[in-house]
Amino acid sequence: MILPAIAFYVFACITVASAILVISSRNPVHSVLFLILAFFNAAGLFVLLGAEFLAMILVVVYVGAVAVLFLFVVMMLDINFTELRSGVLQYLPIGALIGIILLVELVLIFTGWATGPGVAVAGAGGALAQPANVNNTHALGALIYTRYAYAFQASGLILLVAMIGAIVLTLRARVGVRRQNINTQVGRRRTETLEIVKIPVGAGVDIAGAASSTAVARLTGNRK
Amino acid sequence: MIIGLQHYLILAAIIFTLGIFGIFLNRKNVIIMLMSIELMLLAVNINFIAFSVYLNDLAGQVFAMFVLTVAAAEAAIGLAILVVYFRNRGTIAVADINLMKG
Repeated sequence: MILPAIAFYVFACITVASAILVISSRNPVHSVLFLILAFFNAAGLFVLLGAEFLAMILVVVYVGAVAVLFLFVVMMLDINFTELRSGVLQYLPIGALIGIILLVELVLIFTGWATGPGVAVAGAGGALAQPANVNNTHALGALIYTRYAYAFQASGLILLVAMIGAIVLTLRARVGVRRQNINTQVGRRRTETLEIVKIPVGAGVDIAGAASSTAVARLTGNRK
Repeated sequence: MIIGLQHYLILAAIIFTLGIFGIFLNRKNVIIMLMSIELMLLAVNINFIAFSVYLNDLAGQVFAMFVLTVAAAEAAIGLAILVVYFRNRGTIAVADINLMKG
């Protein structure tokens, strides 16, 4: 019985310590790595609670996608981070004040919190309770695809919108890059490509005038 | 020494407070601010799952998954906006974003 308690305190202490290091680290790359550590330990806490599916989702989504995205952006942008940390001490007192007030309030709420007499009974015997003989993933899947199907679809739409938004925001059309345009190649006509100039004998041809009127190629000839 | 619901709630409160504190502490570095928001969402998820397990109600875990979805979308959009801002201004100091003040 002592083992879950030890596991909880180890996971909780590492999570809190790495959260502190996320917000106080000088190098943002270290911040991202400590964020990954915090998420791993939070996943351990979820396993301890019995929510294995969300623990695995947390590792896959956060460590596999979001943290790598953060790491990519931190390393891609060439930022002077020492300049950005210049005003830390200026905001420290007000931040500490608000943080301590919030923490005291939350702890007072959570320690003085009690379940109402009807709530625990309704939750324990309700339709959303996890059955004893199925595992967590199975129970969640049976719930997501039936009762919360619309919300599940909506979350998929949110991800689609986020993907399109991120692509549209970061895509830039560079000027000065020569690239193949199939439409103009196929839709090209002969009249705008070549021009037949009749040159009288003994007189030259006005190259400047001919060059301005033809776009791609110039063919001269004196066909009768 | 049994680990109850209150242990998880207090842990979540500590992590949430650290997220708030991180936003105040790093007023100029928007990347750390986004990471602080992720920490706050993690605290919310811990609350959701702790209540879900201790009340034996799976709806909390379903909504924790939706919170994860929204957090991933928010991180992607936020970082995209950050990249565009850095491309335009050459810095990510968010303290002087006042172009739309008029």
